[in-house]
Order: sequence, then C-alpha cells, then structure tokens
Amino acid sequence: MSPYAVKLAVRHLLAHPGQTALLMAGVALGVAVFIFMSALIGGLATLLTQRTVGSIPHIVLEMADRDPAVLAMPGTAQVVLQKDLSRREQISIWQPAIPIIEKTSSVTAVSPQIRGSAFVERGQAVAPVGVIGVMPGKLSAIADIEGAIIDGTSSLPADGILIGSRLARDLGLRVGQVVRLSSDRGRARRFRIGGIFTLGIASADRQAVYMNFTAARALFDLPSGISRIEIKVRPATAAPGIADRLRNATGLKATAWTEDNSQLFEGLDAQARTGTIIKAFSLITIIVGIASAMLLSIVRRQAEIGIMRAMGASKRLVISIFVLEGTLIGFVGAIVGAAAAWAALLPLPPVTEVRSGGLPIDRAQGDFLLAITLTTLAAMLASILPARNAARIDPVEAIGQ
Amino acid sequence: MNDAAILAVSSMTKGFGEGEAKAMVLKGIDLEIGVGEMAALLGPSGSGKSTLLSILGTLMRASSGEHTMLGTDLMTASEAQRTAFRSQYLGFVFQFHHLLPDLSALENVMMPAAAAAGRETQAMRARALELLDAVGLTDRCNYRPSAMSGGQRQRVAVARALINNPVLVLADEPTGNLDRQSADQVMDLISSINRTTGTSFLISTHDEHVADQCARRIELLDGRIVCS
Repeated sequence: MSPYAVKLAVRHLLAHPGQTALLMAGVALGVAVFIFMSALIGGLATLLTQRTVGSIPHIVLEMADRDPAVLAMPGTAQVVLQKDLSRREQISIWQPAIPIIEKTSSVTAVSPQIRGSAFVERGQAVAPVGVIGVMPGKLSAIADIEGAIIDGTSSLPADGILIGSRLARDLGLRVGQVVRLSSDRGRARRFRIGGIFTLGIASADRQAVYMNFTAARALFDLPSGISRIEIKVRPATAAPGIADRLRNATGLKATAWTEDNSQLFEGLDAQARTGTIIKAFSLITIIVGIASAMLLSIVRRQAEIGIMRAMGASKRLVISIFVLEGTLIGFVGAIVGAAAAWAALLPLPPVTEVRSGGLPIDRAQGDFLLAITLTTLAAMLASILPARNAARIDPVEAIGQ
Repeated sequence: MNDAAILAVSSMTKGFGEGEAKAMVLKGIDLEIGVGEMAALLGPSGSGKSTLLSILGTLMRASSGEHTMLGTDLMTASEAQRTAFRSQYLGFVFQFHHLLPDLSALENVMMPAAAAAGRETQAMRARALELLDAVGLTDRCNYRPSAMSGGQRQRVAVARALINNPVLVLADEPTGNLDRQSADQVMDLISSINRTTGTSFLISTHDEHVADQCARRIELLDGRIVCS
C-alpha cells in the first residue's frame, strides 16, 4: 500500500464529508446491532445458566453403582449376587478424597453431605422433606442459604434446622417452633426451627431441610460415612470435564449438572445460533452497503480513474485507493459503532442485578474487538470487487465521457 | 525509421467489432514524429484522430501494423510495460481538463509522477511549482479545480502533462472547450514549451487557428493520412 494511495483515499473521504459520514453511520449501526446482540445473547445465557446452576451442585460424587456379580458355577446353575438394598448407599472412606477434590483446578467449593428422606410432623400435619446434613461452615457452599434467610438465623446447633418458606407456609411453621422429624431409617427427633429461607426454587423451598452434620448422622444412622460430596466449579460449563477427572481420581461416581439439564443446553445452543445468524446479517448488510457505495462512487469517478490510468497510474494503485477507502469507512464506522454501543450499554445493570422484565445484557460479552475486526475485514472484502472493476476501466472510454 | 524520429508507425490499422460488423477506423497509417516537432493532426469528426492519438498514447492497441517509440516495440509490449512507458515518456492534454477535483492545482500537476513513484517527493513539488510558474499559475497552486477558470484548468493540465519530462505530448483538442483568448494563451504556452524544452507535441484539432501555430500539418481523412 503506497503512501500516495493512502493520501488519495483519505483526501477523497475528507472531501465528501456528508457522504463519508453517512456510510460510516451505516456501518456503525450494523456494528452496534452486532455488539448489542452479542451482549444480549451472552447475557441471557449467563443469566439462564446462573439461575439454573446457581443453587445446585455442578458435580455430585456418590458411591459408584456396583453391577450385580455373576458367579461362575460348574454345570447349568447360575448364581447372581444382588445389591444389598437393606443398607444405605454411602461413601465410607471419604476424608482422603476431600483434599484431592479441593486441589483440582476450577473447583471452588466442596461440601460433604449426609442426605436422606424424612417427614416433618407438626400436630396432625405431615410433609415429606429431603434432609441435608452439612458440615460446619459449608452451609452456603452450594446454595447461598445464608443469603436466602428471610426469618431467623442461619446457625445450625445440634437441635436446629433451617426450612424453606413454602414448607413453613404449608405447615404454618415459624421460627422458634419445634417440629418432629422422622427419618426413613425409623429414627425420630425433635428440632427447633432456627431460620426460614427462600431460594426461589420451588422444590427446595418446599422440601429442603438443612441440619447439622452430626444431627444428620444420628437421624439417618450413618455413624461414619457420608451420602455424597457436592462440588461447585467455575465456570459451570467446565463441569463435565472436571467430573471425568474426579471420577478417575477418586473412583467415585461423578455426575455433572449438564447430564440432567441437556434441554437447557439445547436452548442455549439454539439461542446462540439465532444470535450468530442475526450478527451474520449485520455483517452482510455492512458488506452490501459498502460494496454498493463503492460501486456508485466508481461510476461517478470513472473519468478521474481514467485520467489517472492514462497518466500512468498502475491498476494496483487504483485498487489500493478503493480498497483503502472501503476499509477506512469500515474501520472508523466500526470504532464509532462500538463506542456508541459501549456508551448505550453502560447504564444497564450487570446481568447479576437484572430484575424481572429487564434486559439481561452483559457488556463484557459484547465482542467489541471481534465486531471491529470482522467489520474492518468485511469492509475490505466488500471493496475488492468494486476496486477491481475500477482498475479495469478503459481510460479511453472513461475520458471520452 | 528516420534517425531523428522518436515515434514511428507503419501500416497501422484499427478496427472495432467483429466479422461483417467490423468497422475499420484506421486503414494503414504511416507516420513519424521527430524530436522537438510540433504537429497538428487535422480531420473531420470520425476521421480517426482520437483513435490514432489513443494508440500513439498506448491507451489502445492497434489491430495490426508496427508501432515503435524510442526503440520500444509497443505492439508486443505487455500492458504493464505500456503503462510504465506511458508514465515515463508520454504526456496528455485533453479537451476537458480532467483534473482530480479533490486535489489542488499543485497536487494535480504532481499526480502523474506521484502515481508512478507511489509517493510525493520534494523534488516533484519543486518541479510542479516550476511548471505552474511556467504556465503563470504560481498564485493558484493551492486552489482546487472548482475555484479556477476553464483556461486556468487547462493550463494546469498542460503543466501536469509535462511533470515527467515527456518526450512527446499528445493533445486532443486542447483548446476545444476554451474561449478564443484562453485558447490563445494555452497555444502560446504550448509553443513556448516546445521551443524551450524541445518536447514534441502532436495536437489534434479542428481549429485552423491552432493548426497555423504548428510547424507541421497531418491531415486524416476516413482513416488514412492524406497530407503529412
């Protein structure tokens, strides 16, 4: 690209400020749409993912299922050794696995738990619940129970429990009341309601009961083992890979959240594809706009091009001038569009603070650099064909006009 | 070819179209232009003057015949070679000035040299100022074409034709779009340049007054030279 081509291209753009500004505004609009769509689709994916996985474990480690053994016996008889259903599935030796899990990259929280089914009884009212026994300091490791407390406190003494707001409403329970919990192991104890939480997940708010780890051991007759280990990772989308690593490292059965939420992934994929199509159309619009403008410009400037060619300007110089003009329109338009989009998105709240009815726009996922790069490249490509046409102009015909 | 000739064509023809529809515009041209010569190319409309000038200026190829200039066979030269040759040895003045509207007079004069070199240099600027001085437009060097009169624009176009120190300037009706006073100024300028620099000029014109200022008359009729 010769300095003279740069000079002529810039001079022409500056000599026609109205036309140049209009073209750049068109490009800027396309870029702003591109960025807005990226930020919206990205923000929506973040919001949906957050809402879906924010209060659930990303990976659950449990005792691996053992297939019933087939014992080889001489003759025709076959003996199958079946699973002992009279005993609760538990991870008996779990302490050595915890440091291994904690040291695994991307793991942000680990919570060994004792889980079981029980009934909450208050007078004649009975409701089935899922009890979660958590270790001290691990109450909010998976779901932010402490932040979700709407009444009482989050402390868990040996005789205290935390219940969901829907359960409290269904049974007419309040903080400070005592209820009886009967486990599926035939044990029953009385607990005082220390706090009521609202997670915003109907099943948890109606059925989850949190209690002290030691109390859960007693209630479910698990003197040493645990039911499961729940894990949080960042990013949540990395869960399947980390689950594989933990499966190999611990020998436990590892289930990533994605296995139970494939529909969400399909939805996000479809949404991302829609966004890509809209962004592609933005780019195509930019390409068509620039190509049309350049073609019109070339028709208008035929005599100029002809005289330059007659005076010894090479085809390469003519191509350079027009490609450069198109590229500059694309680049400057893209910068303006990106700046405008950035300014327009600035007042919008972050995805984490979006209220119902608001647009979940994540400015960080606006793909600003990608938009600028792709638009500049698209503008350059859009100019090549018109520029080649310009270089092919016959000086004799052009000058004769 | 005469030793003093810078350009020679012989048996040159040029036709447009194909088959029976083919129209022969030039029908066997033999012509030489000498060093420092100032010749007028005359003929009625449709006689082939513009086509001949376009071929001599390497803007168009002849259909057949020989075309050499300064020892270069321009019939067989590639398009890139012809472009480079044009830039180095030929200058053009057209009926319409065809100055680039976004450039000043000075930048327009520099254009052929800058386009060939890919950049503007101080030497080009100095030479362009010298030429603008020669055509009496030093005070207009920063004016855009739109701010100048028709005669001034054509004088800028003459200066532009000379920036690369061409051996031959081809002028197609250089005064055809000017009033008599401006036309005389332009012709005086061309004659002066021809005398002082030895640059050859071939001027296509309908105007006998212009032809009278040239040392040689070449008359073209129906694609043939009838008087040279």
